[in-house]
Amino acid sequence: MGKYTIRRLLTAIPTILVISFIIFAVVDLSPSDPTGNLPLTIPPEVRQKIREALGADDPFAVKYVKWLQQFFISEPLNFLETTLGITFPGSEDRVRVISWATRGPVIDIIAERLPQTLWVVGSSYFLGVLIAVPVGVYSAYRQYSIFDQVGTFAMMVGFSVPTFFTGLMFIVIFSVNLKWFPSVYDTTLVVTDIESLQQQLRQMFMPVTVLTLYTTAQMSRYTRASTLDNLQQDYIRTARSKGLTERTVVTRHAVRNSLIPVVTLIALQIPGIFAGALITEQIFRVNGIGQYLIIAIQGGDLPTVQTVTFIFAVLVVIFNIVADVLYGILDPRVTYS
Amino acid sequence: MKTKFSLLLIVVMALSSVGGIGVAQDGDTVNILFWQAASHLNPYLGNGTKEFEAAALVLEPLARYDPDGIMVPWLVDEIPTVANGGVSEDLTSITWTLSEGITWSDGSPLTAHDVKFSGEFCMDPDTGCTVLDQFANVSSIDAVDDSTVQINFDVAKPFPYGPFVGYLTPIIQKAQFENCMGAAALGCNEQNFAPIGTGPFVVEDFRTNDVVTYTANANYRVMGQPAFSRAVFKGGGDAESAARAVLETGEADYAWNLQISPQVLNAMEAAGQGTVIVGFSTNVERLLLNHTNPDPALGDNRSVWMADGSNGHPFLQVDAVWMAMSKAIDRDLIASQLYGAGGVGTCNILPGPPIYKSPNNEPCPQDIDAANAMLDEAGVMDSDGDGVREYMGIPLRVSYQTSTNAVRQNTQALIKQWWSEIGIETELRNIDAAVFFGGDIASPDTYSKFYTDIEMYTNGASGTDPETYMSGWRSDQITHPDNSWNGNNVVRWYNEDYDALLDQMAVTAVLEERASLAIQMNDMLVQTGAIIPLVYRGSVSAHHNSINGVAMNAWDSELWNIAEWTRS
Repeated sequence: MGKYTIRRLLTAIPTILVISFIIFAVVDLSPSDPTGNLPLTIPPEVRQKIREALGADDPFAVKYVKWLQQFFISEPLNFLETTLGITFPGSEDRVRVISWATRGPVIDIIAERLPQTLWVVGSSYFLGVLIAVPVGVYSAYRQYSIFDQVGTFAMMVGFSVPTFFTGLMFIVIFSVNLKWFPSVYDTTLVVTDIESLQQQLRQMFMPVTVLTLYTTAQMSRYTRASTLDNLQQDYIRTARSKGLTERTVVTRHAVRNSLIPVVTLIALQIPGIFAGALITEQIFRVNGIGQYLIIAIQGGDLPTVQTVTFIFAVLVVIFNIVADVLYGILDPRVTYS
Repeated sequence: MKTKFSLLLIVVMALSSVGGIGVAQDGDTVNILFWQAASHLNPYLGNGTKEFEAAALVLEPLARYDPDGIMVPWLVDEIPTVANGGVSEDLTSITWTLSEGITWSDGSPLTAHDVKFSGEFCMDPDTGCTVLDQFANVSSIDAVDDSTVQINFDVAKPFPYGPFVGYLTPIIQKAQFENCMGAAALGCNEQNFAPIGTGPFVVEDFRTNDVVTYTANANYRVMGQPAFSRAVFKGGGDAESAARAVLETGEADYAWNLQISPQVLNAMEAAGQGTVIVGFSTNVERLLLNHTNPDPALGDNRSVWMADGSNGHPFLQVDAVWMAMSKAIDRDLIASQLYGAGGVGTCNILPGPPIYKSPNNEPCPQDIDAANAMLDEAGVMDSDGDGVREYMGIPLRVSYQTSTNAVRQNTQALIKQWWSEIGIETELRNIDAAVFFGGDIASPDTYSKFYTDIEMYTNGASGTDPETYMSGWRSDQITHPDNSWNGNNVVRWYNEDYDALLDQMAVTAVLEERASLAIQMNDMLVQTGAIIPLVYRGSVSAHHNSINGVAMNAWDSELWNIAEWTRS
């Protein structure tokens, strides 16, 4: 197992490098321009000077190597410096990955925005799993019952109605008509007492619910299908014939085995938490990573788009390995030797 | 399951019982909503209006424009003119005298050295300054003494109010930005995110592309201003939900640039919580008629202007054709249905300020019959019965491009319909704004390459004086591969008489004479078919009804007088 993990981690390195090259090439080839959103009254010569100052007109290879150096050498060194409080030689001249739009380090902005994404998307994910697993299991156990029919219908709706629709519907119902929850997420809010905590919960309610609806739908379908599979197995019949209570049969025998693919699915979707929910963040003005990526794409901010997408890519690769390893641990039938 | 549901219900009710939304109604804070978020607060590096506006609460210029486009002294006591000796007789220098006793928010005095530094910051070629054209022809800036600054030009400058007038070129503090000149501007996070200014507010917290929090400037020169102790400048989202937050839910006090369907906006305003406000400057949505041949078969010569006039467009410059195209358009319908309060139909390319507006071209109502008659008379007939007219055997088929934007695509659809009624077939294209307005030389889809017959976008003068704007149609400004497709004369229109008028304007200082020249130039542009103006576009914003003192300003920052805003 250990050997397998190490081998997977080593092969991940070239994969990640190839991914970084592809992302960079695609983003660089796209005909967007960091000065494209400037007012038209700004003359072309001035735009040209801005592009030169940003280094946007450098040849592709130069830009790519610069980025590699900034991302893989400067950023880790800088991280070590700030966390350990030591200074490496050449610290003054080190160039970090600088955004063209904000003219500040991209990583700092990501760090500033990550908490919001983790709060909103993370809690919706957590809630989603919490609701989805019992609903899925019970639906499977009582297949074709009223609960299953209603649950299936609700989940299909949650699955097929896009978040930009549910989001707007929620705003119209809860903000405009009922005036219960704010439609604008206040990112400056600091939770210090009960009142601010309530305010934080209230402003999280709509984005979290919208996202939870979607994750729950997806997860519960998987849980239901997997539980159904297991309930048909011979070992369930054996357990029942041994005289075990129905409760023990379902929870200890069926559910545990049914959750193996679900756990894998959960692990595979964790990068999605970091990626944020692009549309939902945009609708509710949550200043998360997803919204940042949209702004960067619209602004032709190549270093930001490249860095953010690349971090997602790395997370996807890592969590794929985690899912595979988890599978091996959870399911004794699977061996990696 | 029942218990779970009731539990959820209890949570929802508990959360909502805390007293409605009521975020904006905090009397001490003014909440401003921009659906584009500010990336930093340094206007000299600004990416767009959002940075200029967010910085306008903190940084101030020497003089501002009021809502009528008239200059008002801001950090000075009077506007220098030739009459009061502030502008030299030969029009090559202007001298500003700072008002006494103005301090930065950190308490240190504002001096002429700060003004000199601000100009030099922008003019350093490595800074990548966005508003460099405001400093065109500036040869040097001298701090004569602590309160007097002289700006010298290398040509006679009849309108010397480019630098430090209006929100594009405010004064930044020398002590703070001294080490951020040129290439160093890129890494100066701390400074760019929290500039020290003389304005009514001070940056308290800045979050990139998200929200800026300000507190009142204790050292502000006017006692009792600003009325708010805090301001919050929230960015992101979209125009429609920004409008909703002010007009329907009352979560914000002010929302900017509400370019949304007029039907939707009117319905929101009817809720009675807020007011929609409009300001007009010089922006005109226009059709550009290509004066060169965009035929792809021409290869490298596609849309390239030739000095001998050999590569002209096959039919767009025929008077009957472009006049009929213009006559077929119902500008008022486009304006009222697609722009609402934010637009009026126009046939002038320079519709403001009032003294510059030509009286000779309006009204210009739609008249399809007259347009058809005009084409018939000129012999541009549909000879093969396919519904498309031909000029000298060439069918009138045009390609028509613009940026991707719902209003623009609706305009395209309407115009295509009207042109089909006069026997002109139109192929529509729309291109993402970042590409269309981008400067990628390799892309065939930029507005400056103009690889179609017709294109549409909005442009206008950057201030009240139209000289720079009008010089965009000078013949040496023609967009051409030799200048890397850079050049403001995108229509590739060549007119020596027009150039002569521009030369004359460059040496004319009297306002009325300048206005008469500008009107002549405007008439020349629209009466020879260089461009077809469509809609005079205003900026649309909205404020909550509890805010008093908002004076919508299209010539300067919309937030120019935020110090005077109060809540009732």
